[in-house]
Amino acid sequence: MNGLLVDINFCTGCHSCEVACKNEHDLPLDNYGIKISKVGPFKIEQQDWVFNYVPSLTKECDLCHERVERGEKPSCVLHCLGQALEYGPVEDLVKRMEEIGSSAQIMIP
Amino acid sequence: MKEWKEVLEDGTEVVRSAGWSAPGCHPTACGVRLFVKDGKLVKVEGDPDHPITQGRLCVRCLSLPEAVNHPDRLLYPMKRKKEDRGKDTWERCSWDEALDIIKENYDKVVEEYGLQATVAFEGTGRMASIESTTAAFNVLLSPHLCYAFAGYSCYGPRIAITVFTAGAGIPEMDYAGGFADRYDDPRFEVPKYIVIWGKEPLSSNADGMFGHAVTDLMHRGAKLIVIDPRVTWLAAHSEYFIQLRPGTDTALALGLLRVIIDEDLYDHDFVENWTLGFDALKERLKDYPVEKVAEICDVDPEIIRATARAMAEHPVSCTWGVSVDQNKNGLQMGQAILTISAITGNLDVPGGTVLGSMLGSDDGEGRTSMNEDYHAGEDMQVSSTSGYQGTSQAGVSLAQIKAETPPEIQAMRIGSNLYPAYDMTMNEVQPDYFVQCIERDEPYPVRFAWIQSSNFLSPTCSAQPDRWMKAFKKMDFTFATDVFMNPTIMALADVVLPVAMFPEADGVVMPQYGMNKTSGSCIVKALQMGECRSDAEINYLIGKKLNPTAWPDTLEEYMSTYLDDQATFAHTDFEGLKKMGTYQEPTVYKKYEKGLLRADGQPGFNTTSGKFEIKCSMYKFFGDDPLPYYEEPTMSPVSTPELFEEYPIVLTTGGRKFTSFHSEHRQIETLRNIDKWPRLEINPETAKKYGVEDGAWVWIENPHGKAKLMAEVTAGVKPGVVHATHGWWFPEQEGAEPNLYGVWKSNINTMVPNLDNGKIGFGAPFKNVLCKVYPAVDNIESPEALDPYSKRRVAPVNKSEE
Repeated sequence: MNGLLVDINFCTGCHSCEVACKNEHDLPLDNYGIKISKVGPFKIEQQDWVFNYVPSLTKECDLCHERVERGEKPSCVLHCLGQALEYGPVEDLVKRMEEIGSSAQIMIP
Repeated sequence: MKEWKEVLEDGTEVVRSAGWSAPGCHPTACGVRLFVKDGKLVKVEGDPDHPITQGRLCVRCLSLPEAVNHPDRLLYPMKRKKEDRGKDTWERCSWDEALDIIKENYDKVVEEYGLQATVAFEGTGRMASIESTTAAFNVLLSPHLCYAFAGYSCYGPRIAITVFTAGAGIPEMDYAGGFADRYDDPRFEVPKYIVIWGKEPLSSNADGMFGHAVTDLMHRGAKLIVIDPRVTWLAAHSEYFIQLRPGTDTALALGLLRVIIDEDLYDHDFVENWTLGFDALKERLKDYPVEKVAEICDVDPEIIRATARAMAEHPVSCTWGVSVDQNKNGLQMGQAILTISAITGNLDVPGGTVLGSMLGSDDGEGRTSMNEDYHAGEDMQVSSTSGYQGTSQAGVSLAQIKAETPPEIQAMRIGSNLYPAYDMTMNEVQPDYFVQCIERDEPYPVRFAWIQSSNFLSPTCSAQPDRWMKAFKKMDFTFATDVFMNPTIMALADVVLPVAMFPEADGVVMPQYGMNKTSGSCIVKALQMGECRSDAEINYLIGKKLNPTAWPDTLEEYMSTYLDDQATFAHTDFEGLKKMGTYQEPTVYKKYEKGLLRADGQPGFNTTSGKFEIKCSMYKFFGDDPLPYYEEPTMSPVSTPELFEEYPIVLTTGGRKFTSFHSEHRQIETLRNIDKWPRLEINPETAKKYGVEDGAWVWIENPHGKAKLMAEVTAGVKPGVVHATHGWWFPEQEGAEPNLYGVWKSNINTMVPNLDNGKIGFGAPFKNVLCKVYPAVDNIESPEALDPYSKRRVAPVNKSEE
């Protein structure tokens, strides 16, 4: 099974994944295969700022299987400005998750 | 992509090119693959083989087909009767007719008032920006090029102070852009810290540096130091964050210097061998104890100390932003920031702050070095080759044009006696003063204008744009060149010529316009839309029309030489660069040790003393303090306490979003769907105090003007500070006057005065004025919002307007 790994520490909220996905799947304006949500900014323990963006997938996401078959990256992964996204078999992504630590999440559509 | 073009099975052509506005961005040169089917741009993707961007693209290029194919695009020349200015009575005409009209009116104005009655206006960042000097000085033969940005508050002050102190091209953080293996090249070192000062590089790619190079380096272990009044994403992910009061940056920089020197954290070798004025600075810093600075900046003194210690480590890279420029005290801020890099030994070292060379090429040949003009002595002459344009991509192919502004006309440039530093550095007129000259016909009338890709009525660059509009109505003739109809053209122009977007033009794009050479990419024409022409082609067509014998016989001849000349930085011609795609030039570090900053090939900096001038010799010509000093904003809680009672909030403007490039992209549905409305960031505490709810429309008002924006209640700004987005107009609304696409509704720049500049004419308070905020009970269509003149009262703080 394949999936996407996101390192939340590197999602800068640029929306490139959303638009790249719409282009690839020819989605209407109000529909998404991937969408980011904003968390923050707020302070925890009066000291550290929290300001993150978190992507989530919808049923429109097919992990760009046509692109992947051509040997290309999924469109969201290719265009992600912060290089926060990685694509691959889930077991590989789990290993990456262990390397990255708490800021990593794995998404399966 | 390995080749510049490939053809897919279904016949779709994929063309390798590089991004630059129009529309999109600074000269960032992001690698794009343009998918063209049956002559139509159908898709854009990132090019994974581009060495800098590696396939990544922002939403502006991802939605590029919407812009290129937009039904509202200008595809043909259009004309309108002078008495119809402001009315939507445009009629399509041919290029020949448009050029005839331009010539007829040019000849009439020149006959009646002289060449000095003409002016070309430039905008920011676009491909047009490297054509603007040619437009003014070789096409119109005018003494006047004007960027309507009050105090040239974008890039200009940073260019100027770098020239004054280091005699070098604009500095930039080291992102290994010149190396084929990028961050893995052994000559490069990952910065320990990256200082991001008054800048949001992620969404802006400011000055052409690919902003996400910062996250690339974070991936490789670099930590951040962020100095900003706002909690940006980068600030929240930084190791050290100084959230200072808007406009107090210079005080902070001096406080940081004080700690670095007091705690003996500086590089003694560099200071002794390569700097001038260290002891004088030390003396000056007695006025800036850390506690005092902390109070001025409204921050904890301990964060200043801790940050200073981190900034003195090695290597530390610094990228500075437009906040240096949008401050009348900005030259001093820039001087202090550069001095921090210099005395900590972080200037022009691997992983540090890399200087550009002002020489045409690293072997010392090439274009004019402005510093030869500057540092020649007290008898400074202004020529059309001085100014930073002389060393950037602009003015590269002038040899084939046999016309330029006659010296006696050049000598008539308005304001050059009042603003000699501005005049020489930027080779332009000082806009705050110039608008007043147009208004008053002093010292003489200006009656013919070319607005070249500048939408200055929308809140992008000009201060008090309503005042610019009134002044401009005096022109006998105005023509514009752009890609969309906009409020500025609708209100002011008599003829408009359609400009090609970057997928429709051949060209060359270099980060920093070539002033800090790392790489440059080929822009390849992939399709033609309507009768659109590139800015370089338009220069030829108008130049040839006005002065037929001065220009090459054919457009093809001119463009072919022009493009080859643009490609010479890559040691090839245009066809060679097209095959290459992107040329990288490996960064040479410590250029000052190697004689690479000076035309005479001697080691040192290209300054009067040959040293990095902490104490700046140039200022004796210009009449300002040679050492950095702090000056409180003209309008602030400290300098105008009485005004502060009525306007108790500090307004800062111009923060960037991914979804627009200044006033561009407002008609792009995909992007408007992400950022629908102009936003005002306001702290929850302040919002509560003034009855403002998240998502509600609010008025922001001060003695100069008012604007309506939608509140975004966020802890990202401090209590008592608000931040407004800029560049808003509403292409979906009525274009004719008085509505003008709603340009006066959310026009935050109406609150920023002209002539509130630093002593030598640079800087303006786009990021530090006072205001009040209150809920808008009327809706956005209110008649009051439509009339730019109804609300004007006497401006209390506008110096020297009497």
